[in-house]
Amino acid sequence: MKHIKTINKANLKKTAEKGGCGKCQASCQSACKTSCTVANQKCAKDE
Amino acid sequence: MIHKFKLSGFNILLDVNSGGVHIVDDLTYDLLDNVEPPFADECPEEVVNKLSKLYDAEEIKECYGEIVELYNDKILFSEDDYEKYAKFAVASPVKAMCLHIAHDCNLRCEYCFASTGDYGVGRKRMSLETGKKAIDFLIEKSQDRKFLELDFFGGEPLMNWDVVKEIVIYAREREKECGKKFRFTITTNGLLLTDDKIDFINEEMSNVVLSIDGRKSVNDRMRKRVDGTGSYDKITDVFKKLVDKRGDKEYYVRGTYTKYNLDFSEDVMHLYELGFDQISVEPVMADPEMPYAITEADLPKIFKEYEILAQKLQKVYDEGKFVNFFHFMLDLDQGPCAIKRLRGCGCGNEYVAVTPDGDIYPCHQFVGIDDFKMGNLDDGTFNQEMKSYFAASHVYSKPECKKCWAKFYCSGGCNANNYIYEGDIHNAHKLSCEIQKKRLECSIMMKALKLAETAE
Repeated sequence: MKHIKTINKANLKKTAEKGGCGKCQASCQSACKTSCTVANQKCAKDE
Repeated sequence: MIHKFKLSGFNILLDVNSGGVHIVDDLTYDLLDNVEPPFADECPEEVVNKLSKLYDAEEIKECYGEIVELYNDKILFSEDDYEKYAKFAVASPVKAMCLHIAHDCNLRCEYCFASTGDYGVGRKRMSLETGKKAIDFLIEKSQDRKFLELDFFGGEPLMNWDVVKEIVIYAREREKECGKKFRFTITTNGLLLTDDKIDFINEEMSNVVLSIDGRKSVNDRMRKRVDGTGSYDKITDVFKKLVDKRGDKEYYVRGTYTKYNLDFSEDVMHLYELGFDQISVEPVMADPEMPYAITEADLPKIFKEYEILAQKLQKVYDEGKFVNFFHFMLDLDQGPCAIKRLRGCGCGNEYVAVTPDGDIYPCHQFVGIDDFKMGNLDDGTFNQEMKSYFAASHVYSKPECKKCWAKFYCSGGCNANNYIYEGDIHNAHKLSCEIQKKRLECSIMMKALKLAETAE
């Protein structure tokens, strides 16, 4: 496209269909402890 | 829902519900102020006329076609159809625990949310017996979850070191029997770190969080010992030693910035220059009456500072070097699934905190608030009604979150901050939200900068 460049897979909807396994890290256990950031976590489904 | 913003020369367009990130030209950016679904086949004449003062009419029509194409591909103005998933994980196993091994501390940090370590309820250390009960509780409540997270927290956990070690040994025995795998973390101020403790931590702990605020003057102003002297000189050396011996295992140096150091990018870079490359520095959350508290009046300066920080980090990357700033971490393709993003940290549901007395709370930030005591390890109580209450807390049960573009990134924010500063876990804490959104914009921009070079 000339005016718009899409830079990622935009796959959030697909993750809803196969998600929710609960294997991933609890968000607050990493480094924050006083604020909640979730999108910086990684999916752990295949671990 | 879309969100667009200009940063560092980029026009960035986020399609909230698909997670799509687009870099657009000025024409697209302006055109999106004038068009939205449902789309006609051709760009409306009045829109062409309005924008033709700035842009060529044929270009406007062509750009409109691209917008409609992305809409048809469901990566622009895509539908919000996640609410049906909000009922998922309602009866989740408990898989993570913050273990308050010592409600005592050898620092007297001015901003401490835990009232300098005792959470306002007296200085105490956890017994091994209570620690073992906590491990048993987590194993039992985790049901079919294999990976269990346990953070040794305080106060200062090294003040009860022997019990930390014994609990780890006990958990390692139990995990073999039960087919579980513990991932330990410890959060420490470093004052009591010795070589043998460093070796044990590096062997057993999946992650270690090392508390330091940055520059010596900044750190020592807030993080003082009981006698009033600063902690910087002692901890920089031992933290460096720990990290050097740690290899590739995860760690963070973790600082807090306050009104006294709104130029906190200097502190992040100071930590980097000390040799640390995993860094988390975040705003103090405090009663706005406190002299060090950050308030909404500070936001313009804070926003600017995050932009400055992004530039400084980019300079590091341009030199081919590595540093990771926790709050700019973002994976636009392989991040957590949408289900996880609805509910966030899982406090009170998947995650609990346990005090030296064996009292159970939704998380460390709720400890000491009587209304949120969920149970006790000794008497075997665990309030399922409160667990369900927290399980039902998600972005669609929080009115401000439901309509916010950042909801799938912060997942409704910190329930404790919402309660403490806004009176209800469902009320978004505005100050946290504004800072979070700025950090997200900066991190998306940094990803855009990187990915734009490779995307077609």
